Amino acid sequence: MTEVTMTVNGESVTKDIPDNTLMTGFLRDVLKLTGTHVGCDTSQCGACVIHLDGSPVKACSIFALECDGADITTIEGMADPDGTLHPVQRAFRDYHGLQCGFCTPGMVMTASAMLDHTPKPTEDEVREHLEGNLCRCTGYHNIVRAIMAASGQEVAGSAAE
Amino acid sequence: MYEFEFTRPTTLADALAVLKDDDEAQALAGGQTLIPALKQRLAMPSKLVSLTAIEELRDIRATGGVLSLGGGETHRAIAHDAAEAFPGFAALAGQIGDAAVRTRGTIGGSLANNDPSACYPAAVLACGGTIVTDRREIAADDYFQGMFTTALEEGEIITRVNIPIPEVSAYVKFAQPASRFALVGVFVARFPDGARVGVTGASEEGVFRWTEAEAALSESFTPEALDGLSLPAEGLISDIHGSAGYRAHIAAVIARRAVAAAH
Ligand SMILES: Cc1cc2nc3c(=O)[nH]c(=O)nc-3n(C[C@H](O)[C@H](O)[C@H](O)COP(=O)(O)OP(=O)(O)OC[C@H]3O[C@@H](n4cnc5c(N)ncnc54)[C@H](O)[C@@H]3O)c2cc1C
Ligand code: FES
Ligand code: FES
Repeated sequence: MTEVTMTVNGESVTKDIPDNTLMTGFLRDVLKLTGTHVGCDTSQCGACVIHLDGSPVKACSIFALECDGADITTIEGMADPDGTLHPVQRAFRDYHGLQCGFCTPGMVMTASAMLDHTPKPTEDEVREHLEGNLCRCTGYHNIVRAIMAASGQEVAGSAAE
Repeated sequence: MYEFEFTRPTTLADALAVLKDDDEAQALAGGQTLIPALKQRLAMPSKLVSLTAIEELRDIRATGGVLSLGGGETHRAIAHDAAEAFPGFAALAGQIGDAAVRTRGTIGGSLANNDPSACYPAAVLACGGTIVTDRREIAADDYFQGMFTTALEEGEIITRVNIPIPEVSAYVKFAQPASRFALVGVFVARFPDGARVGVTGASEEGVFRWTEAEAALSESFTPEALDGLSLPAEGLISDIHGSAGYRAHIAAVIARRAVAAAH
């Protein structure tokens, strides 16, 4: 067991954990933040994406001890404390960017990290950026539209229409 | 996953001391290859020595016509910070995996692993790079020794990678549709004294230089210079994603595209 301290969604947490604890286990089992989903556990699906010091990482592929001293944001930290949704979350709702919702936390975290450094992406850039996030329900078009809308850009009709 | 101890030293000397002390200890960089391997119980280290807190391994600089990268630099940082000095190499780094993989994955980890479908080996070999470790310097031509095999010794750490910057270069990756690794990837580079071509993803022997293409491109660095030239399918990988003949064909096609795209 080793002690780890990090900031999660603005709050400092310190815990004693087994050395081989992954961030998915730390967030879900220790902190009970179950919004970070585990789809594949093999770094293929992106359902577990969180922000580590502002950059996207797959929580299933990083040990909690590697995050010692880091600033972590999970899907639970995206909305304001009063419940006002983050613009990306709002756009997913408005543009029907989710169906079952399983991939959604990872999609929102990946998309918001992209918009932080590319505030006005092209549709191609959005699609390229979602390379590591799989969705089994939506066919992606509405996810892409939602992200374009969240960036304040005109939303074209989807290619499927 | 088996149990192990985790340590995160802040100096290279401390990391090397742990690795030297314990034969079963293993370095952990971005973990994008090693963590999945640990989950599959393909590796059973007693200790993981994380390299991510070691400042000495983080550095990107271009001096005297050479791009010099700390062994712990991430794909993401390289894609961004090397773009001006060596656009072909930076663009290659920006095509590895996805954004989350690029945040963590490192050039040292990728070169140590030497996956036959990895991207960096094509560029490092094509440009005649040098792999610098805690104990010596290894020329790229001697470093890559086949699939998942390198010149590295037990516990040897890549501290730096030096890559001569060509006049123009480009990498074209034909992505394997499931893994998005290179089904075939070709890096072409034009130096004042000739052209070099590195091919990844294609061969049973891992990354290699396509010397016939190098000779043709050294005469004339144009896509047409490769007309009539084909890569022999012998020794190339055949699997569910493509036959050896298919890979040979793709390599020749994307080599032309890379020459056309080089800048
Ligand atoms: C979804 C996904 C997609 C990917 N797509 C691509 C792709 O398109 N192209 C591509 O090239 N790669 C791809 N990768 C692999 C990725 O680039 C890895 O980051 C890289 O291969 C390993 O680097 P790492 O820093 O994560 O190393 P780790 O996983 O931490 O380590 C890998 C090995 O290298 C050793 N090691 C680490 N650092 C050093 C060092 N400095 N010196 C000596 N030994 C060291 C470790 O002990 C271990 O044996 C992908 C990975 C994933 C998960
Ligand atoms: S659970 Fe992490 S990528 Fe699928
Ligand atoms: S909404 Fe169901 S997996 Fe994406």
